[in-house]
Amino acid sequence: MVLVMVFVIGVLFAGATYLILRRSVVKLILGLMLLSHGVNLMIFVVGGIRRGKPPILGVTEQLTPDRTTLADPLPQALILTAIVISFGITAFVLALAYRADQAIGTDDLDKMTTTDTF
Amino acid sequence: MHNHLYLPLLIPLFGALSAIVFARKRRLARRIIIATIAGHLTYSTWMLVSFATNPEVPRQVAFAGGWAAPFGITLVADPLSAIMLFLAGLLMLTTLIFGFATVDRRHEHFFFYPMLLLLLFGVSGAFITGDLFNLYVWFEVLLVASFGLLTLGCSRGQAEGGLKYVVINLIGSTLFLIGCGLVYGVAGTLNMAHIAERFAGLPAGEPTFITVLASLFIVAYGIKAALFPLFFWLPTSYHTPPIAVTAIFGGLLTKVGVYSLYRVLGLIYNGELPTLSPLLLILAALTMVAGVLGAVAQMNVRRILSFHIVSQIGYMIMGLGLASVFGLAAGILFMVHNIIVKTALFLIGGAAEHISGTGDLKKMGGLAKREPLLAGLWMLAILSLAGIPPLSGFFGKLVLLQAAITQGQYLIGLVATVVSILTFFSMLKIWNEVFWKQLPESAQEPQRATPGLVVPGAILVLMSLLIGFGAGPALDYSTLAADQALDVAGYVTDVCGATGCEPPALGQPVDPANMRALTMDIIPEMDE
Repeated sequence: MVLVMVFVIGVLFAGATYLILRRSVVKLILGLMLLSHGVNLMIFVVGGIRRGKPPILGVTEQLTPDRTTLADPLPQALILTAIVISFGITAFVLALAYRADQAIGTDDLDKMTTTDTF
Repeated sequence: MHNHLYLPLLIPLFGALSAIVFARKRRLARRIIIATIAGHLTYSTWMLVSFATNPEVPRQVAFAGGWAAPFGITLVADPLSAIMLFLAGLLMLTTLIFGFATVDRRHEHFFFYPMLLLLLFGVSGAFITGDLFNLYVWFEVLLVASFGLLTLGCSRGQAEGGLKYVVINLIGSTLFLIGCGLVYGVAGTLNMAHIAERFAGLPAGEPTFITVLASLFIVAYGIKAALFPLFFWLPTSYHTPPIAVTAIFGGLLTKVGVYSLYRVLGLIYNGELPTLSPLLLILAALTMVAGVLGAVAQMNVRRILSFHIVSQIGYMIMGLGLASVFGLAAGILFMVHNIIVKTALFLIGGAAEHISGTGDLKKMGGLAKREPLLAGLWMLAILSLAGIPPLSGFFGKLVLLQAAITQGQYLIGLVATVVSILTFFSMLKIWNEVFWKQLPESAQEPQRATPGLVVPGAILVLMSLLIGFGAGPALDYSTLAADQALDVAGYVTDVCGATGCEPPALGQPVDPANMRALTMDIIPEMDE
């Protein structure tokens, strides 16, 4: 399972890098979205994947917390936060890209050089 | 428990919300905004004073939701946080005064000032959080506010600069998030005190996976702080929005990155700091040189100043790279000086740009005769930036150089000195072109400077003078702050109590009344 996930994460990162290096703003944004998915999956794997284990134990139970008896609930909370944040920011970036397209009249990053200093 | 730590977060948040609600009543909204900033500034001044007068309480801690550390989110304020909070409030106040004088009605109509308050909200949160993932969230809060401020109005320049700023900062945040995830995987916790405690138990000296993690954080924060070679977004975007926005960004935002580097490398990766010190010093030197040389080629007030932000970041990283209490104290003192003076320069240069109607040096001139007060303030500010006594810049640089030389790092000392001279050269270029030379024939007649344009810069130049004359106490305070920032054991004790953050030993039955921990203990596996 972990091996599959690692492969998926690698593909997501590679695709994201490729898209971010493209000249089109839309592809750049798609790349950012892929990147955030890759990172979310990475946090999921890093936190440890355990099947069929409870995330929380009762206070009265004998507590022997280790990787075999317990699933870690925290990575999902982290991922949820990260998803919400990246969702909001993606919406903003899309709106900005639309406005930029109206103001500049191009989708090509190589033509957006009027504010550059080099 | 110090629940007053929520105040610097709640004050700007509620201020921003009520200012949005009453946005149609312009005067009322402005009063709410001024009251909010005044409240924040009063609180942070009180905190600054309370650390100075009560040295036996070096940190104040609040547990969100009553969850004791290392669970839940912890807010921790120490002298370094207090300094940064105070400066954030002060900068906001001056930016606000300047904004009232320069920002047009349409910006105000579209929530310009509430967004400034939300920026303050995010920045304050970043300064007092004691949780790594929470720091990421605060970064996003302040980034979203800064995106809004930078692109509000969306002229062509803003769209181009803003897009680059947004994308590179998102990539920086993503790297930070990767770092958070990996730290959680390695340490099994996100509370800074707990991570620091667990990392402190690892063998020091040899480069390990932790060193790689620390480098990842240097890259992530380096993007935010505009460290070489990750600074190209800054001079591309910072000159496009209204002047008030550039001033607060230039003074505050990059320094949030520097603060996070100080905090994370000083606390969590304290053991890695000696290993990373040469890398940091090289990056610092390259940042200084690249920034100052970039500025030489520019012929626009705000573009020149933007490059100098980059160059000055190098000095702050140099303080961290020296990896000692004295070095970090010097870095903190320099950062305080630089935040104040850099914003002063943006506000004064921005005032000159505002009354001239252009930021192009070739089309400006003759302001020394027309606006002697503005010219005098500019002269004082550039003398301070260059490091002439008795202004704050002299002491900031003196202490940094002293720290470098006592630790035998002569090369970085030499670079810092040469860059200082080049800095003064390019500041004098602005002086000559904007203030000293005659107004070019073709240029339009400048307007008169109103008090709202001059007062904010004057307040900050006065602060620079004050720090210069009170350099002894200022250095004492930054030494205190550096001492606390590097004191891992003290931090852990203050946050988690004398027994440390570790839960009861694995496999032992836990007394429900005393139950604290259910964290995955993964660190022992790493040693295998």
